[in-house]
Amino acid sequence: MLRYLTALILELQNLLMGDRFHLSASSDRTNGLVRMTAKPVGKAAGLPQLRQFLSPDLLAPVGVGLLVLAFWEVAVRVSGIQPYLLPGPLLVLQTLVSEWGTLFPSLIITFQITLAAFVVAVISGLLVSVLFTQSKWIERSFFPYAVILQTTPVVAIAPLIIIWVRQVVPGDNSTFVALVICAWIVALFPIIANTTLGLNSADHNLLNLFQLYKASRWQTLLHLRLPSAMPYFLGGLRISGGLALIGAVVAEFVAGTGGTKSGIAYQILISSYNLQIPRMFAALLMTTGLGVIIFVALTLLSDFLLGKWHESAVQREN
Amino acid sequence: MTHPAITLSDVSKVYSNGTVALQHLSLTIGEGQFISLVGPSGCGKSTVLRMIAGLGKMNSGQIEWNGGHSQRQLAFVFQEAALMPWATVQDNVRLPLKLAGVSYSASRAAVAEALELVDLNGFEQCYPRELSGGMKMRVSIARALVTKPEILLMDEPFGALDEMTRSRLNSDLLNLWSQKQWTVVFVTHNIYEAVYLSNRVIVMAARPGRVVADVAIAAPYPRTEEFRLSPLYGEYCREISSALAQAANGQDGAIATSNQRAAEYA
Repeated sequence: MLRYLTALILELQNLLMGDRFHLSASSDRTNGLVRMTAKPVGKAAGLPQLRQFLSPDLLAPVGVGLLVLAFWEVAVRVSGIQPYLLPGPLLVLQTLVSEWGTLFPSLIITFQITLAAFVVAVISGLLVSVLFTQSKWIERSFFPYAVILQTTPVVAIAPLIIIWVRQVVPGDNSTFVALVICAWIVALFPIIANTTLGLNSADHNLLNLFQLYKASRWQTLLHLRLPSAMPYFLGGLRISGGLALIGAVVAEFVAGTGGTKSGIAYQILISSYNLQIPRMFAALLMTTGLGVIIFVALTLLSDFLLGKWHESAVQREN
Repeated sequence: MTHPAITLSDVSKVYSNGTVALQHLSLTIGEGQFISLVGPSGCGKSTVLRMIAGLGKMNSGQIEWNGGHSQRQLAFVFQEAALMPWATVQDNVRLPLKLAGVSYSASRAAVAEALELVDLNGFEQCYPRELSGGMKMRVSIARALVTKPEILLMDEPFGALDEMTRSRLNSDLLNLWSQKQWTVVFVTHNIYEAVYLSNRVIVMAARPGRVVADVAIAAPYPRTEEFRLSPLYGEYCREISSALAQAANGQDGAIATSNQRAAEYA
C-alpha cells in the first residue's frame, strides 16, 4: 500500500512539474554481479503486517494530512469565515454524505466517459505504435501529427467536436460520444509516445538473434518487441489514465450538459453558480478520489505484469 | 589438414561511416577446428563472425559452405548473455525452437538436454535477474546448443566475466567441444584464453581489418590446468603477442612459420 502512495505522490509531482512523458521504467542491468533476491517470507504473518501499517513511512504522511485538516477546521471556525467562501473539512464531508444521491450518479457518468476514452486510447495507441515501428517512414510521416493532436488544447476544439458529432450521431448519445472523443485526444499521446519508444528499444543482440533464426516480422513483434515495450507501455497507461479523467472533466465543462446524463464536472459548475461551495468541494473530492483509484488500479496492474522480471517492480533487499 | 567447413575468400566490409572493418580477408575454417580470432578492438574480428552468420552484407568477396554444412547449422553466442528478462531460463533456452515452430512438448527434451550440458538443471523456472553473470552466460550457451548446431560462433562470450568464472567456463566449453565435435570460431581479445582453448589462433590487425598471423596450437587435448603452466603454453602466448605487437608497428609477418607448424600438426 505504502509503495503505491509513494508512487502516487511521485506521479502527482511529475504531473505538477509538467513532466507528462516521464518513464517509470528503470534500466535493466544485464551483466554483472550475483543478484539473488530473497523471497519475501509469507505475508500471512499478522504481526509484521501490523508493524508495517504502523511504520513511520505511512504514519508520517497520514499524520501531516490529519494535522492540516485539523488546522483547516479550527481556522475556519475561529475566523468565522463563511462556508460559501471556504467550508471546513467536516462540512465538506457532511455535504458529501447528504448529496451522495445526486453526486454519485454524475461521477459514474464521468467514469464511463473516462473509461471509454481510455480503452479506445489504449487500443488505438497500441495499434498506431506498432504501425510506427513497422517502418521508419510511417513514423517519420505521421509522428508530427500525433504531436499536433497532443498540443492542441482540448478546451479550444471541444465545441467544434460537439457540433460535428451532433451532425453524425443524433440523439442522447451525441454528447457522450463527443466527450469520449475529447478525452481520447488527451489520453492518446502518452501511450503512442511511450509504446513507440518501448518497441524501438528491444535489445539489439536479441534482434540479431531473431534475425539469425529467421524469425518473421510477426514473431519478432510478438516475442521480442511487444514484451520489451511492456514497461514503457504500462508507464504510458498510468499517465494516460489520469489524463483521460482530466480530458473528460474539461470537455464536460465546455459541453455544460444538464439533465439526467450530466457528469461530475457539470455538478461542480452548477454548485459554483449557486454558491454551494461545500457541494463543490464534495464533488471535487470525488473527482480526485476517482483519479487516485484509477492510478492505483493501473499501478497494481503494472506491478502484477512486471513483478517477476522488471527492475521497477522487483523488491530488493539492498 | 581437415576438410574445410567454411571458406571466406577475399571478404571486404566497409561500414557506412567509412571504417574499413575487413579488407580482402581470406580464411578457411576446417571441420572440427577450434579457431580463435585475436586482435585489438576495431580489427574486424566480430565482423568476421557477423558475416559468417549472415548478419549484414559484405561489400565484396564470398563465403562458401563446404562439406554439406549450411548457415542453418550454426549458433551464435553474443558478448552479453542477451536473455529475454521477461522469460524464464527454460523459455529463453526454448526460443530458437519456438521460432522454428517446434511445439512446446516436442521441444521439452531438447531444452532439458541443453540445460544439462551447461549444468543448469534445477534453474528452469528462474528469471535471468536471479542469476549471476556466469550463469546467465551458461543459459545463453544452452540457448545456442538447443538446436544441436554443428558450428558455433562465439563473440567474446566470457569477456564480461571475472577470471575465476571465465576459466571455469573455458574448461567446460572445451569438454563440450571434445564430446560434440563442433567447429568453433571464437572471438576474444584475451591471448591466454585463445591459446588455452584453440587448436588454431588467427591474429588480426586493425585499420584496415586483416589477418596478420595464423598460429597452430599443437598441444594435445584434453588440456588441463597444467597446460596453462607449461613452457609450451608460454611460448605460444609470446608468439601471438609479438605478432600483435608487430602488426601494431606495421609489420605483418609470422604467417609462413606458423603455417609450417600447422602442416606438421595436421
